[in-house]
Amino acid sequence: MTDSWRSPHRLLLVALGALTVFFLTVPTLLIVPMGFSSSEILTFPPPGWSLQWYEKMLTDPQWTTGFVNSFLVATVTAIVSTILGSLAALGMVRGRFPGKSLANALILSPLIVPVIIIAIGMFSLYVRWKITGSLAGLVAAHSALAIPFVVVSVSTGLRTIDRNLEMAAQNLGAGPGRTFTRITLPIILPGVLTGALFAFLTSWDEVVVAIFLTTAKFRTLPVEMWEQVRQVVDPTVAAVATTVLGVTTTVLLLVFVVRRQAPTT
Amino acid sequence: MTRADDSTSIDGLGSPTGRLGSSTGRLGSSTGERPTLVLRGLTKQFGDFAAVDGVDLEVRRGEFVTLLGPSGSGKTTTLRMIAGFTHQTGGTIEIEGTDMRGVPPYRRDVGMIFQNYALFPHMTAAANVAFPLEMRHVPRSEIKRRVADALALVRLAGYGERYPRQLSGGQQQRVAFARAVVFGPQLLLMDEPLGALDKKLREALQLEIMQMSRQLGATVIYVTHDQEEALTMSDRIAIFSLGKIAQLGSGEDLYNRPASLFVADFIGDSNILRGRFQSNGDAGWLVHGDRRLRVSQAAARRAAIANDADGALVVRPERIRITDPGGHTPSTNAVAATVTEVLFLGPIRKYELTLADGQRAFVRVQAGSTERAWRPDDPVSMTWEVDDGVLVADPGR
Repeated sequence: MTDSWRSPHRLLLVALGALTVFFLTVPTLLIVPMGFSSSEILTFPPPGWSLQWYEKMLTDPQWTTGFVNSFLVATVTAIVSTILGSLAALGMVRGRFPGKSLANALILSPLIVPVIIIAIGMFSLYVRWKITGSLAGLVAAHSALAIPFVVVSVSTGLRTIDRNLEMAAQNLGAGPGRTFTRITLPIILPGVLTGALFAFLTSWDEVVVAIFLTTAKFRTLPVEMWEQVRQVVDPTVAAVATTVLGVTTTVLLLVFVVRRQAPTT
Repeated sequence: MTRADDSTSIDGLGSPTGRLGSSTGRLGSSTGERPTLVLRGLTKQFGDFAAVDGVDLEVRRGEFVTLLGPSGSGKTTTLRMIAGFTHQTGGTIEIEGTDMRGVPPYRRDVGMIFQNYALFPHMTAAANVAFPLEMRHVPRSEIKRRVADALALVRLAGYGERYPRQLSGGQQQRVAFARAVVFGPQLLLMDEPLGALDKKLREALQLEIMQMSRQLGATVIYVTHDQEEALTMSDRIAIFSLGKIAQLGSGEDLYNRPASLFVADFIGDSNILRGRFQSNGDAGWLVHGDRRLRVSQAAARRAAIANDADGALVVRPERIRITDPGGHTPSTNAVAATVTEVLFLGPIRKYELTLADGQRAFVRVQAGSTERAWRPDDPVSMTWEVDDGVLVADPGR
């Protein structure tokens, strides 16, 4: 047994890893230069460089309303699912009631059930209720998808918090309400924020459910991209994709910052 | 033993109703004064199992009482019931004359120090100490002053802006103490507060906690499984066994006059000589085969065991002298033995003897220049004053 990275096993492993990274990143990174292309069509490599597609993205109302809509839906989804998900996590970790494991399975089921099935189910329900193409309807659907992430992230915090801290707070004169706001919540806050950011991302780039539940009057950015790609292959899509990627990466970096700031007991 | 009258440094720690830091002398003549804590028939049943089984205890103001016992003996459960974290299934808890039934922990006004300190990690030391005052809506300026006083009391002035993780174990312990006393609670509960610290620091903090509690005139209920700690710190010790108080008394009481074999075995080292008790009116004998040991009148009366019942004589290792075989007087007991082991421990020498029936006995002797050093296999006689033998009932093995 040798530890040298030149050993055959090791080389195979490195090759496999490199291949995986290649397939994961290259298609994504190819998009970036295509957005700065001078060509009228989506090609790689770009024949020359230009910012015209970014200009178009920022001026074309179809794209700008898409941005606004997506941002709005993702933000409201993050707020709604963080509140509901945190309360659900409290119930799952602290509560004792019959049917708890069933409730837990139902809350987490959107992680497992194929999104297309959820989308079709919601679509048939929304059509009957006549709420397709509404902000509230899409937020409700996205919240159902995002809540599991919040529940998982907040539950972890609740399970690891030292219960003596809450007892100490009560002993020192804090009732259940103030114990929660002054002690429990600040300590699990990194978990709550992480959950909120993941909820935002869940909605931000969600396309399957959104395709079913949006209409021409109310479209989110990923749906707009999908529509555009099907009709014209214009490099604006690449510019938009790059911007979406930028937002996603920023939010993920925020998650790391939040995690690092977590108080260590 | 009176409390230091220098109360300037702790001004403001006592609440307006004058509880902690009141002028009551510690261990003062409290005749007629209402006890701070009264437990009557306190019971906690978990299904069929009684974790705490009819505990009665009265604690005077300013007293330091330790609940001592092996793990699972009910001492921590008792403390949690006093704090209000667990509900009793029977009996009553009274604090300053008020029945605590149905009173939630946050209205009990008792301070508690947890084993792992339970300092709030997201707050500075000063914010931790200020927390109980904020909960009581104390004005901001007064909070500032009382926090500063409390941190000064625990000698952490200038450490207020540090977070718990930036403090050593001993410093965290002292912040926890300051936080538990700053609001002037009527009672201070401590749940193995030194359990997580190393021996040297533990001993230093034992003294500190004693001194600070005394300075405040605090009434303390202290839980530990460390008998040395209990002996060092307490005015009285309640020894817990199987959910009951096996014996309650000062450290000297428990050591010199254990009421049962369990207590004799739990506190300190002891030689236990079993036999059948034969009363001769006042005093008596403990007979085992042809070994007859005198039992003093006082010991026989305290033990109150029937004639012809199984008993055990408890003799502490340092009360025994080793002499040449046969030498004994009317006021001593003597048992023939053989030296089997000699251990030199610096200030003392420890002997292991074997009795005729094969039982082992231990003797501790001050190591000195005039002391005779016995060697293994020496035939000897172990002797002790009749008054140094304590008779207890022998419940059998």
